Amino acid sequence: MRNQKSIFANIDNVTVILYVILVFIGWISIYAAVYNEEHQSIFDISERYGMQLLWIAAAFVIAIVILMFDGQFFPTFAYPIFVALLLTLIGVLLFGAEVKGSKSWFKIGSFALQPSEFGKFATALALAKYLSGFNIKMQDMKTKVIASIIIGIPAVLILLQNDTGSTLVYASFVFVLYREGLSGNILLLGLYTAFLFVISLLMRINDFTFFGTVLSGDQLLIIILALIAALVAYITKRAKRFWMIVVAAFVFSAGLIYSVDYIFENVLEPHQSKRINVLLGIESDPKGAGYNVNQSLIAIGSGGFAGKGFMEGTQTKFDFVPEQSTDFIFCTIGEEWGFLGSFVLICLYIGLFLRIIYLAERQRSIFSRIYGYAVASILFFHFLINIGMAIGLAPVIGIPLPFISYGGSSLWSFTILLFIFIKLDAERINVLR
Amino acid sequence: MNNLSDRKIVIAIIFLVVGFIFLIRLFNVQVINDKYKFDSDQNVLREVIQYPARGLIYDRNGVLLVYNEAAYDLMVIPRQVKEMDTLAFCELIGMKYEDFITKFNKAKNYSRYKPSVFEKEISSKSYAKIQEKLFEYPGFYAQTRTLRKYPRESAAHILGYIGEVDQNLIDKNPYYRSGDYIGKSGIELSYEELLRGKRGVKRVLVDVHNREKGSYLDGEMDTMAVTGKTIYLTIDAILQEYGEQLMQNKRGSIVAIEPATGEILALVSAPAYNPNLLVGRDVKKNYPVLSSDKLKPLFNRALMASYPPGSTFKTVQALIGMQDGVITENTGFPCIKSNVGCHDHPTATNVESSIKMSCNPYYFSVYRKILLQNKSTSLFKDSEIGLAKWSKQVKKFGLGVDLGTDLPAIKKGFIPDVAFYDKWYGKGRWAFSTIYSLSIGQGEIGVVPLQMANLSAILANRGYYYTPHVLKRIEKVDTIPSIFKIKHDVGIDKIYFNPIVEGMQKVVEEAGGTARRAKIDSIQVCGKTGTAQNPHGEDHSIFIAFAPKVNPKIAIAVYVENAGFGGTWAAPIASLMMEKYLTGAIKDTVKENRILDANLMDVIPKEGQ
Repeated sequence: MRNQKSIFANIDNVTVILYVILVFIGWISIYAAVYNEEHQSIFDISERYGMQLLWIAAAFVIAIVILMFDGQFFPTFAYPIFVALLLTLIGVLLFGAEVKGSKSWFKIGSFALQPSEFGKFATALALAKYLSGFNIKMQDMKTKVIASIIIGIPAVLILLQNDTGSTLVYASFVFVLYREGLSGNILLLGLYTAFLFVISLLMRINDFTFFGTVLSGDQLLIIILALIAALVAYITKRAKRFWMIVVAAFVFSAGLIYSVDYIFENVLEPHQSKRINVLLGIESDPKGAGYNVNQSLIAIGSGGFAGKGFMEGTQTKFDFVPEQSTDFIFCTIGEEWGFLGSFVLICLYIGLFLRIIYLAERQRSIFSRIYGYAVASILFFHFLINIGMAIGLAPVIGIPLPFISYGGSSLWSFTILLFIFIKLDAERINVLR
Repeated sequence: MNNLSDRKIVIAIIFLVVGFIFLIRLFNVQVINDKYKFDSDQNVLREVIQYPARGLIYDRNGVLLVYNEAAYDLMVIPRQVKEMDTLAFCELIGMKYEDFITKFNKAKNYSRYKPSVFEKEISSKSYAKIQEKLFEYPGFYAQTRTLRKYPRESAAHILGYIGEVDQNLIDKNPYYRSGDYIGKSGIELSYEELLRGKRGVKRVLVDVHNREKGSYLDGEMDTMAVTGKTIYLTIDAILQEYGEQLMQNKRGSIVAIEPATGEILALVSAPAYNPNLLVGRDVKKNYPVLSSDKLKPLFNRALMASYPPGSTFKTVQALIGMQDGVITENTGFPCIKSNVGCHDHPTATNVESSIKMSCNPYYFSVYRKILLQNKSTSLFKDSEIGLAKWSKQVKKFGLGVDLGTDLPAIKKGFIPDVAFYDKWYGKGRWAFSTIYSLSIGQGEIGVVPLQMANLSAILANRGYYYTPHVLKRIEKVDTIPSIFKIKHDVGIDKIYFNPIVEGMQKVVEEAGGTARRAKIDSIQVCGKTGTAQNPHGEDHSIFIAFAPKVNPKIAIAVYVENAGFGGTWAAPIASLMMEKYLTGAIKDTVKENRILDANLMDVIPKEGQ
């Protein structure tokens, strides 16, 4: 306890202010979304804004408590925390309550807690601890495998809870690994895979006829890829190694294209396939799978440039948008504050992410840096999927918008995630390496 | 590590690019694209049409004739309908499942966004039950409508009925929308715009469950419904009902007018129907029954049945003769039955006695003098000149022309003119001798009962009339259309009416008069009988009259179809009506009972011959 004079010494005010602003925006948005004339008191805990006020108060307490810890506590106890988390995740699989199809809640009376939310910071701590270890090189296969296991175990446990959205969040650690030396080709490969997946989905709905031969979309795509591969191989024919890569890439691509059907029909749930189809415009279903996104776009779009004004949002106020205080909270902001409001919010988030990267880069401790990147990546991934879904750029995946969406578990977990980093940053001077 | 720290730039760029893509997308959705604003309004705005209550109708003394009863139309907006328990819903509204499907598809085909009527005119009683559960079915809501009710069950032909507008009218008149009600006949039709009021539109915000959440823009764009005007008719409900009673089991009509104003006091067409039969959903069931009834209860004889006026027309002939100067009030003609048939009576030595005794040959002579005034040496040409002038004069009595009354569908009747006979017989091929039937109101001439009542008003007024009408007063307006205040002079000097009126008094009151049955002890009644020859059956009994003789308060025309001579049936009915109106009671109950008990329905003996 070297800084007993003040637990607030050396903390990064910019991050804290951004955090407080986002939490405040979240609360007034929830207030606007669920406001009704019968319950006007802001402290009315029978309404969500009343409850959220309690969560916020608790979150501030949690933040202060974290700041009171010794900075060395987190690297030291990273593994025990991680193990405790894994046990909780197993526990929830065995004893948890099911809410909306996901068995991811502990219910104690009327109070419900979602352990998967807390998996994020625990995994981040464990990953940071492992990668900051002595003589650990990202280039080593062993490092890659162990890092994957650390990320994979909680991800699989959460997938078993049937919470696809929270599982996908673990993909965000790829940014961390990249920063620590994972080949950029992996990122490109991921991008390429996603691209092929989408193209293949779009093409397989049609048949194409050439010179009397009927080709399926998949077949045509493979022929096109083969032509490209042949062209590249011809240009680079003298470099034997390149030639091999081209052949490998082609085989990989062809395999991927043919596995799309399998993944789509056997791995994904029907409603998930449907959401992807709707997103890509393959299916139109404005009353079913497309309803949420359609209503969300209507709410956001009707906000116009300057918005309808606080509490004037008809679409959200009258419940046209589903999950308007949780997953679709962005609609309330888009409708009531318009493009201006959306602009400010996106700038606040991007500002926060960049600030965290900046802070991470100034750490002398590798643990702190890795953890910082984990924080930025997790928050960014939530931002990417949540807002992307609300504006019809991402499939509907139910994950909260950090600090803004209604819910105690998510607010607390994001608060813990962020404030551990703020604490680590505050003590960066005390750490040698 | 140096090259690895470059990767922070890559990651920062990824973050920035995503933020940038989001902003472009948001700018497109929120600022450039208008589609979502429209959809947003579609979501939350619902136009609730405020149907105004249709105006009430009272009689001249403030007796309520028509009022409104609430009913509910069940509306549907197909787009807002969510998955629901269709069977439970069908049970709730009492509809067959197949009907539900048909109606729902029909509504969907019309529009997914616009409301259409799903089930019409649910009574307040049934609606009370439905209302409790309706919120469970988003997309469905009720709209208040009103149905007409007729507490006195009379005057159906005057009041008319309302029904849904047809597509034809919707195309022509932008005010009306599918499902609106409009007057189809009678007063409901002629004063449609007064009675209907003005529809209001309220724009309300609704939530996803279709519950009202308040008004749009604080009601700035709403329009208030304006209730239809209450109107007072000139009809005397008591007299009208009495007339209907008298005409029970008879075919024909009664029209009574207040001569000083042209106000129609009663307008009876028999057989009549109960106006409550043509209300709301029952129309579909009852209308075909009524319209296929052989007795034609829907046919308003008082306005639409054209009969020859018979001997009542002699009053007109005498007046024209005197005005033309071809006779004087003291001109006498012998009763030469070889010219035209007559009954036995003393010789008519002047106009007065010719009216009293209704001498046919007398009018044969009068009419010959009217037509043949030696304006040409050719008999044919002379007849032509005479008929042209005569026809014009007759039309001034409101006969053979559109009277311009405020009841729709009135017939003009027919007064023959030169063109008609030229076409009928050929030019120059007809003369007085061809058309002399007109002299006693028979032949090609036709008038409707309202015109006959107007004729008796002209006689009562000694030379003028006001267009007969049924609108007495509009609530808060207190004027009636100015056309009903125009005095129409018939172009006969007042002095010539004296012998006619004296004669008409003697018809009723003196021995040898043709309508002794019309006498009322306490009142001086003037009348004239008539018998309309009917080629299809028994002649029609006609009587026109007014009373009292001085300062007349009521002028009347009575037609009883297939009842023979005018003095037998039409005259006593007219006298009962006048007595009822003037004294409020009937002294001669024997006369009254004779009429009430008479059944002249099955007297159609000569049909088909």
